[in-house]
Amino acid sequence: MKIIYSFLSILLLILLLLPNFVSDYILGIFVLIFFYAYMGQSWNVLTGYAGPISLGHSLYLGIGAYISTKLAMSFGVTPWIGMWVGGLGAALVGLAIGFLGFRFGLKGVYFVLLTIAFGEIGRLTVLHLKPLGHMMGLFVDFKPGFVNFHFRGNLPYYYIALGFVVFSLIVVRALEVSKWGRYFVALREDEDAAESLGVNVFKYKMIAIGISSFMTALGGTFYANYIFYLHPTSVMSMWVSIEIIMRPIIGGLGTPFGPLIGSFLLTPLSEIARSYFTKAGLEGIHIVIYGLLLIAAVLFFPGGIFAFIKKIVKPILGESKEI
Amino acid sequence: MDLNLILQLTTSGFLLGGVYSLIALGLSLIFGVMKVINFAHGAMLVWGMYIAFTLMNWTGIDPFFSFAVSAACLFVLGYIVQRTVVNRIMTFHESMQVIAMVGVMMVLENMAQLIWGPDPHSPHTKYSLSTVWLGSVMIDIPRLLAFILAILIAAAVFVFLKYTDIGKSIRASADNRIGALIVGANVNKVYAVCFGVGAACVGAAGSLLVPLMPVSPHTGFPFKLTSFAIVILGGMGSLPGAMIGGLMIGVAESLGTVFIPSSLKQVISFGIMVLILLLRPKGLFGGKG
Repeated sequence: MKIIYSFLSILLLILLLLPNFVSDYILGIFVLIFFYAYMGQSWNVLTGYAGPISLGHSLYLGIGAYISTKLAMSFGVTPWIGMWVGGLGAALVGLAIGFLGFRFGLKGVYFVLLTIAFGEIGRLTVLHLKPLGHMMGLFVDFKPGFVNFHFRGNLPYYYIALGFVVFSLIVVRALEVSKWGRYFVALREDEDAAESLGVNVFKYKMIAIGISSFMTALGGTFYANYIFYLHPTSVMSMWVSIEIIMRPIIGGLGTPFGPLIGSFLLTPLSEIARSYFTKAGLEGIHIVIYGLLLIAAVLFFPGGIFAFIKKIVKPILGESKEI
Repeated sequence: MDLNLILQLTTSGFLLGGVYSLIALGLSLIFGVMKVINFAHGAMLVWGMYIAFTLMNWTGIDPFFSFAVSAACLFVLGYIVQRTVVNRIMTFHESMQVIAMVGVMMVLENMAQLIWGPDPHSPHTKYSLSTVWLGSVMIDIPRLLAFILAILIAAAVFVFLKYTDIGKSIRASADNRIGALIVGANVNKVYAVCFGVGAACVGAAGSLLVPLMPVSPHTGFPFKLTSFAIVILGGMGSLPGAMIGGLMIGVAESLGTVFIPSSLKQVISFGIMVLILLLRPKGLFGGKG
């Protein structure tokens, strides 16, 4: 573990100093890397640790984004406070969905479909709500300043997003070694066995979905104030949920570093491919390549890249070292 | 409320529901046998649409005849997808399966966009605006034809599953995978053919939709989500359930437009899906949970 911590400290130091050496464009890519790593981490809490697979996390992103943005636009509440309100709102919705799903004992694909259904209901509802921009979407007025969470250039966003990532890593690591985290893993691995040993399955699944939806909504606020435009199709579609879950799955489910590794691999790839092929007039081909890579990643690294790295690194460090 | 309007909406929803049924039949067949949700189902629908559309442009063959070509092409596509991807992920964790199928969806959907371009096309057939009157209810001819053909194709699939050897093996594998293995079914072949047939259903359905709506690379997505709702309503893996569920969802969505804007009609399918998931997750016609 010591090795990992020292490695992470060095990495963090490099990332803190990085903006001195790279252009604003590269910083923008890093912002997205951090953002997706954070969102993946939030999703990881529920699916990676506790087990229920959610394909509706765009709902929580959307709730967080819309609540904080609406509060800021209509009541002048700074997003720094609004994000917590959004988080609570999303957590309430998440708990409601979790209550239905877990109380009625939905597992596997059935829970996946439940989350898809609620995600889509949410998207279609927002699409028809006048105060949330109706079909036109919601434009966020650009008022630069720390209080408004609006900045020129990518540098401030870079540090904020980095802060999000560090925050999520600490949360997940703290969870992992806590009683809650142990219970999560126990019920992920074998729900019936966990229950027979006295773990309150329903309660801990609820805790997991609560934390996960809360964290996702915080990211939603960041996204709203980074993109400045909210439309249900761009922030609440199933595609957004897919983007969120791809990185932790590729990186390694149920590990604190999986979402990070996944995002460092996939995000630049998708960004570079997008700009490269769009310039060449081949719009869409980057998603084809992206899709092929996903398939390949699942076929060849079914346990995630992190498990693969662990396997390679272990003999070098010696068997006794725990990563 | 106007009774005539209700009748009108019920009829048109019922007719579109026939095509929904055929789409859901493919999804349910694949799930019933392989326990994999085909997230690429919508993309396969789009391929079926484009194949029929292209044939119509090149040769003038009507989509209501060329559905056979669409179905054949999609059978091959489904067979290949099963052999290269699905077959290898069947023992994986469900989240991994989802990701792999999403990968297939991305590839197929955007290949369609690369080949045929992002703009929607609205082909015109000679009967596209023709209607018949049944009492006071107006019926679109293309919708009626699509419905009849969809039901006939579905019936053909049922006959195939009931009377051919490979069809029997498919049903056997759906019933009891290990049992089928033990009695010597070539499970790999059965799976691949089954995926192919499921894809052929949705390909044919795509062809039938060409006269009804514009063709674009992303048309398939709402259909895919609706077919999820249908399969849940009818019961995962239940083929009669998929048929009846399709008709029910078609009517429900259509009738729902009395109360809510039609762009919100999917909320009805999702609402039904949530209710069924909570109250009767095996579906209306699902035998086993």
